[in-house]
Amino acid sequence: MSSKDLFEIARTIADAARPGEQLEAYVVRSRETEVKVFNGAVESLSVAEAAGIGVRVIADGRQGIASAGSLDADVITETLADARDNATYGAPDAGYGLAEPRDVEGVPAPDLDLWRDDVLGTPTAEKVALAIAADRAVLAADARIRGVESTDYGDAALEMAMVASTGVSATMARTMSSVGTSAMAGERDATQTGYGFDVRRSFGELDVERAATMAAERATRLLGATQPSGQRLPVIFDPMVTASVLSLIGSALNGEAVLRGRSMFADRLGEIVGAGSVTIVDDPTNPDAFGASPFDGEGVRTRANTLVRDGRLERFLHNLYTARRAGAQTTGSAVRSYASTPGVGARALHFLPGTKSPAEVMASVPEALYLQSVSGLHSGTNPVSGDFSVGAEGLMVRNGQFAEPVREVTVASTLPRMLLDIVEIGSDLTWLPGGTAGVTLLVSEMTMAGA
Amino acid sequence: MLETPIVEATLQRALAGGGDFADVFVEDRASTSSTYDDGKVEEMRSSRSRGAGIRVVRGETTGFAHTSDISLEGLRAAADAAAAAAQAGGPGTKVAPLVERTSTRPHLIETLPETVSKAKKVEMMARADEAARAESGSITQVTSSYADSRRRILVANSDGVLATDDQVRTRFAVSCVASADTGLQTGSEAPGRTVGFEFFDEHPPEEIARIAAARAVSKLEARPAPSAKLPVVLRRGAGGVLFHEACGHGLEADLVSRDASVFAGKVGERVAGRGVTLVDDGTLARDWGACAIDDEGALAQRNVLIDDGILTDYMWDLLRARRDGRASSGNGRRETYQHLPMVRMTNTYITEGTEDPDEIIRQTPYGLYCVALGGGQVNTATGDFVFGITEAYMIEEGRITYPVRSAQLIGNGPDALRAVDAVGNDFETWTGMCGKDGQSVPVSAGQPTLRVAELTVGGTAA
Repeated sequence: MSSKDLFEIARTIADAARPGEQLEAYVVRSRETEVKVFNGAVESLSVAEAAGIGVRVIADGRQGIASAGSLDADVITETLADARDNATYGAPDAGYGLAEPRDVEGVPAPDLDLWRDDVLGTPTAEKVALAIAADRAVLAADARIRGVESTDYGDAALEMAMVASTGVSATMARTMSSVGTSAMAGERDATQTGYGFDVRRSFGELDVERAATMAAERATRLLGATQPSGQRLPVIFDPMVTASVLSLIGSALNGEAVLRGRSMFADRLGEIVGAGSVTIVDDPTNPDAFGASPFDGEGVRTRANTLVRDGRLERFLHNLYTARRAGAQTTGSAVRSYASTPGVGARALHFLPGTKSPAEVMASVPEALYLQSVSGLHSGTNPVSGDFSVGAEGLMVRNGQFAEPVREVTVASTLPRMLLDIVEIGSDLTWLPGGTAGVTLLVSEMTMAGA
Repeated sequence: MLETPIVEATLQRALAGGGDFADVFVEDRASTSSTYDDGKVEEMRSSRSRGAGIRVVRGETTGFAHTSDISLEGLRAAADAAAAAAQAGGPGTKVAPLVERTSTRPHLIETLPETVSKAKKVEMMARADEAARAESGSITQVTSSYADSRRRILVANSDGVLATDDQVRTRFAVSCVASADTGLQTGSEAPGRTVGFEFFDEHPPEEIARIAAARAVSKLEARPAPSAKLPVVLRRGAGGVLFHEACGHGLEADLVSRDASVFAGKVGERVAGRGVTLVDDGTLARDWGACAIDDEGALAQRNVLIDDGILTDYMWDLLRARRDGRASSGNGRRETYQHLPMVRMTNTYITEGTEDPDEIIRQTPYGLYCVALGGGQVNTATGDFVFGITEAYMIEEGRITYPVRSAQLIGNGPDALRAVDAVGNDFETWTGMCGKDGQSVPVSAGQPTLRVAELTVGGTAA
């Protein structure tokens, strides 16, 4: 089956639209390889190909969706019938409607090359060899590494085709490959763990040493960590931590959350929400972003959207539905899986980087807590109320240098407060899977609870 | 779901080129879900998936492939791919004749959700919406959602095991936003059971809605949580997630065998105070993690992990158990046919003690009373865990005084277990989805009201 076949399947369904009915088919196929290595040997190897279809129906102002994890003709027929039936139970809403040709005009289609043939073309044996090499490299990186919890290699080649009966259609194909490893340092009763990874669009670019060194360094530098006493202090965010926090902030810059009264930014368009150095942009047209895509989940062209400019809240992300309800324009930010109706989400959210290197950011305060990793981000923070409290481990920073490691602390503030308290944004923009980029951040004060 | 000869032929094919073990997992899943927002049905969704996962084990290596084509040809191709992935070689392994394992379902399903009209499902959401708004004028937003799923599975392996299960689950969730001068607060409640539409006999939508609404409203008056180490009293049900995270994960045999658990090598040792007994029980009737068989065909069972403070056993899947020459404990689970099974919890709980829950609060001069917790996370290698408080109150001089805002609780699993110093005589379970290595499975966690002598509360108050 080729990408062209996916498009044909989608088109055949869209062509079946009855008078007065809008019909959309969203078809995806993914091919994935996953290798798990333990103790220098392959623990498991999975080779998978999966396909699915989502059919959305809008009739009499009502919307319904049905999906299936199969592209067999009989299943597709059943799915279309289910979607039509589901639509009869939805409440009518003038906001429903598929993309129309006029919705996609006016914005140039980004020319994005997101596919690398070597992800599917590389023999599985080479992928296995790379994963084993990464596992060994972690052990070799430092004498204090006593083991590797696991090393995983994964790749995915994803193809999507969607056709709407209104005459809008889109196709997209992209690849990604990654290697990740979790190192364990020290004795059992004083184990510290550190995660390292490398992620690329092509297999050939993967840097095993980078992942291994990162894991080993992050595990060993926490050895001897103790629980410090509580205090208020400046906090430096590791780029990976920044990316996770930014994704939470992004969920409050989402037109759907705003519409549902579930955003701390709901009534604040045009207001100052961050420090003057804070500019937050979602740019899916940047090919370096792993979430890059020329089209959104409704077939609308993506574009760079500045959400916060110089600290001022300028825009929310919208899909067609939330835009109509809010009296705004779609920002090309519909996100979806084949099994869901389009939601709203960022694909390439990032802080506009500053000019200081991470070392310069660290040297800019006499003492700070460096957050290497946080846990409980989703249970301890709330993009509605803005409460922010996470478990953390990391290191104290003094005079620009890492000092003693700390563990079992919590770090708390509120998301609105943190945005205002950002005093430095590093120059080290790092794209990560999951729709965000990381960068080193310095927040002037947070509450650390410990012993 | 599949004729036995086809299953046998697939297993033979999988092992034709060698390998030590093979299994076939066939799954047919149908689900319906709907969201009701702003006083109307926002969406009605249905989905269907069907396919098979085939695993071939050779030595320490597992090869895996899955297919949505469950014809003989589709299964044959997947079997070949799994065998190739396992790098199997050498003489073929014999497949034992398949003998169906009779499993006893923990309970009967009374009303299959597929036999209930969509209109009736919508009515439940409308009732919840109305009840939540009636709870308080400060409720500004209500979202309720309904979800049911039916998962039929067949598992067969080269040891001759053949088993099937039909798992029906129903879940209902209400999430509210309350608004006042103090800002926005949220409250939610989302019980789920391994039952059909009779779920609503046990959990009327109004009751779920009132809990969610009251939770949001109570937090409008909440003050910042302290930033300190405190005694923490966990209300029945609320703290199950703590023991799931803090202890349960560290007792999974895959993590133990990787030496990635603080509980490795500690069987027979005291790991908790007297009176603390931790159980994982797939047969706990009606609970969210209940099943007749696990996803490797092993019968679900009740496993005592910690008995009166002494570590007695870990949880096992088939592969880890085979390597250790023992039986699986019925804890091999997978999210779908597209995933490999691994050691997972089912319904995990601390058994009830003898103390009066009210008395536990009275005997706490100063501390935190947790009524609801959000999700949590643990680093099994270090035992460090966190979990979010979603509804909690201060205890002052043995009395509950004021609500506190969301914050994180942090601690260390083994330390927290040893610090349990009071166990109540009540009991309740909590419904959740447990994530591990990218796979999410339904679980429940439970406990009586109990007190942990000291945990770190990460609020912003001095």
